[in-house]
Amino acid sequence: MNVTITINGEERGGDVEPRVLLVDFIRTNLAMTGTHIGCDTSSCGACTVLLDGEPVKSCTQLAVQVDGRSITTVEGLANGAELDPIQVGFHEEHGLQCGFCTPGMMLVCRALLDTNPEPTEEEIRWAISGNICRCTGYMNIVKAVQHAAKLRAGAAAEVAS
Amino acid sequence: MSVEARPHGGIGESIKRKEDGRFLRGRGNYLDDIVLPGMLHMAIVRSPHAHARILGVDTAEASAMPGVVAVVTGELMALHKLAWMPTLSGDTQAVLATDKVRFQGQEVAAVVATSKYAAEDAAALVQVDYEVLPPITGPQQAKADGAPLIRDDKEGQTDNHIYHWESGDQAATEAAFARADKVVRLSTHYPRSHPSPLETCGILADVNSATGKATLYMTSQAPHAIRTVFALVAGLPEQNIRVISPDIGGGFGNKVPVYPGYVVATAASLLIGRPVKWVEDRTENLISTGFARDFHMTGELALTNDGQMLALRVSLDSDNGAFFADAQPSKFKAGLFHIVTGSYDLPAAHVSADGWYTNKAPGGVAYRCSFRVTEASYLIERLVTNAAIELGIDQAEIRLKNFVPKDAFPYHSATGWIYDSGDYEGAMNVALEQVGYAELKREQAEKRARGEFMGIGIASFTEVVGAGPGKDFDILGLRMFDSAELRVHPTGKAILKLGVKSQGQGHETTFAQIVAEELGIPAYDVAVEEGDTDNTPYGLGTYASRSTPTAGAATAVISRKLRDKARKLAAHLLEAAEEDLVWERGRFFVRGTPERAKTIQDVAFAAYTNLPDGMEPGLEGVHYYDPPNMTYPFGTYAVVVDVDRGTGVIKVRRVVAVDDCGVRINPMIVEAQIHGGLTEGWGIAFIEQITFDEDGNCIGSNFMDYLLPTAWETPKFETFATVTPSPHHPLGAKGVGESATVGSPAAYVNAVIDALAPLGVRNLDMPVTSDKVWAALRSAGVTE
Repeated sequence: MNVTITINGEERGGDVEPRVLLVDFIRTNLAMTGTHIGCDTSSCGACTVLLDGEPVKSCTQLAVQVDGRSITTVEGLANGAELDPIQVGFHEEHGLQCGFCTPGMMLVCRALLDTNPEPTEEEIRWAISGNICRCTGYMNIVKAVQHAAKLRAGAAAEVAS
Repeated sequence: MSVEARPHGGIGESIKRKEDGRFLRGRGNYLDDIVLPGMLHMAIVRSPHAHARILGVDTAEASAMPGVVAVVTGELMALHKLAWMPTLSGDTQAVLATDKVRFQGQEVAAVVATSKYAAEDAAALVQVDYEVLPPITGPQQAKADGAPLIRDDKEGQTDNHIYHWESGDQAATEAAFARADKVVRLSTHYPRSHPSPLETCGILADVNSATGKATLYMTSQAPHAIRTVFALVAGLPEQNIRVISPDIGGGFGNKVPVYPGYVVATAASLLIGRPVKWVEDRTENLISTGFARDFHMTGELALTNDGQMLALRVSLDSDNGAFFADAQPSKFKAGLFHIVTGSYDLPAAHVSADGWYTNKAPGGVAYRCSFRVTEASYLIERLVTNAAIELGIDQAEIRLKNFVPKDAFPYHSATGWIYDSGDYEGAMNVALEQVGYAELKREQAEKRARGEFMGIGIASFTEVVGAGPGKDFDILGLRMFDSAELRVHPTGKAILKLGVKSQGQGHETTFAQIVAEELGIPAYDVAVEEGDTDNTPYGLGTYASRSTPTAGAATAVISRKLRDKARKLAAHLLEAAEEDLVWERGRFFVRGTPERAKTIQDVAFAAYTNLPDGMEPGLEGVHYYDPPNMTYPFGTYAVVVDVDRGTGVIKVRRVVAVDDCGVRINPMIVEAQIHGGLTEGWGIAFIEQITFDEDGNCIGSNFMDYLLPTAWETPKFETFATVTPSPHHPLGAKGVGESATVGSPAAYVNAVIDALAPLGVRNLDMPVTSDKVWAALRSAGVTE
């Protein structure tokens, strides 16, 4: 079947079997390997992408299900050389170690901040509770989100003034 | 990530990580991201039974499937003498089963096809005819009279016993027990767990049929050792094997061994002449690759009535699975478990260990641990808290009374270790102060009076990490040294190549900081390369917290050697005598006239452009570092829990961690390693367990059944440091990556035991789940 999606603002398509998972379509057909596979049961969140702005686990979606829709992956977070505040936050607060969960984590956090610009620690922990990190113990990820929230607030204040 | 105003990045600076950029942009290069022209995909057919005889393997239907290039069986591997391989513990392991399957998930056949989907489809069509045999799922069954013989492939093997191993002085220990006022006994099972790095294991084998060169991209924590093992297993000339470990998505010990899939994929690439990729799915990872722990331990502590420890006696049964494949130094059958006297000045100790074959996955890797140190630390710390409860002494006080004193280092332990340095009392005092121990004790007394269950758990661990020295520690004879090669370029930038391999520990930053300190080149000007055996010096790899103790030391030594040459060059440039030059990080100046100076960058340029007569050009060198001793990190952890009397739900209220790993090179990275270890320790204490049913079915085979900590239940941590340098490490550093996984499980469980102590509860086996606590509360009549 033919599938056409908008990925990171660019329209891409491919001919796939109906059973092909979205994560495999992204990684294999589109050759974008920032989206990872960590389990087979939607438990770990390494494959998280944003589907029309909402986080979804791309191992639990078929490519054909998202035909005509818009997807953001980790490759779409930065604006050229300029990193998204969530990427800056992860770097500044040492929110990543091996980096394998990082793309999914950052996308979930970006979606959180898009809907809740000043989340509490509890709200952050709840938002990322579908994503497993084996390295960090989550404390620095929480700090990274708080760091990004401050950067976004600062940028918004600058625009407003 | 601006390039302006970059810090120098010497030792002790929490500079931001150099490696972050590619991961933040989704441009990491993990194994499964690598694609080669003509690449094929492999799927493995696994046994559904724990123990069964193979009567036949029918590959006809699978072979006929579209896209299938080859179906590999044990019979085919046997033709090439590759049906079996050696393990890291000197046993043998089936690559593809030919006679019997010995655990559920064992490799029986493999399908190579043009896509992952085609390979999986065809693997499901390989028909294997089994005669099911009775399974053995634990040491008690393994040692029973008339138990089925698991390893009937081994000549002379008549039972399921693998090894008997002892350490310490049995006679002295018995004598001490005979005069003890009190003996405290604890039998507990340290359950089977799994390291479960978020990236599973895999290989992309590319054997070039024209040149014979085998390029093996692998998720390996120890690429050089793996190259040698492959040369020995497959009989390939070692210069024709290149192992490349790309970015690794976590290891925790799981990526140390050689797995059958690696051998099959390499053989398939050799036979087919195309690259073959095999990447495990999560279930394969959980049911077949290196598990951890599974020790059934009984410890006894002999004491006087006032809490003086006299001796320790331990016996244990190790459940090793179907093949003895522990990844550990060859001379030590139960790993480094005999560090079990821990932080205490115990005059006598004796350890007796027996290993057993069972119908469970092999492995025995150290899940974020230095070869069974975790089991040892857990046992002694649980025993000490139980002794305090039994004797009515405070658990901090009994520790302070028995610690190896600060002035007793180097300390010779009863089981033969020589502890390099320590200040156990110092770490304990920081922990007690930071947690507010006296106030907590008052609160606990009040709550107990009201019938509430609050617990304070303490654990004061001592680790032994950083193997070698090579004369004592080897893997299959390969001495456990490590290496660093440093090349300073004419423009004063450098590349550092190491024999170890990061899996997230931040080597590209930490090791550059050592060069920044010792040779004065800013850390951000030092590239760090690891993982490619054609382009890095030989080393034994990253596990058991050994990178900083070994490769870190090698980096310091080679930096100093280059600095010595740089001094000669600077003397030439400044027309001064070497002994008149003063080194100040990054430059040499003439004593008394600091303006007469040459920077390390000036000197580097001169090494290629303006040399004194007779000097060898260049500013490069390599050092292989064989440590004179292990390092012994330590610390005290204090945990506070509240236990709900109606439901048994445990709430971890506080976690205070005081770690002493000697000199900290990048404190930010060190602290984050401790966070990770405290989290994995929490998981092991409360939720993680690989379980089996009576038929040997693994029922922890996915992340819905094998639970890992998420952000929601993981506690918050309060971390503190004391610094007691290692006297023998060039930088005074010790390893730290695993301290918190080693030390914290006992602290968590001690807190629960302390909460339930008034009910007479002295043990709950991990994972300490709410239902176990509820059952204890119920049997004490606290709840219905």
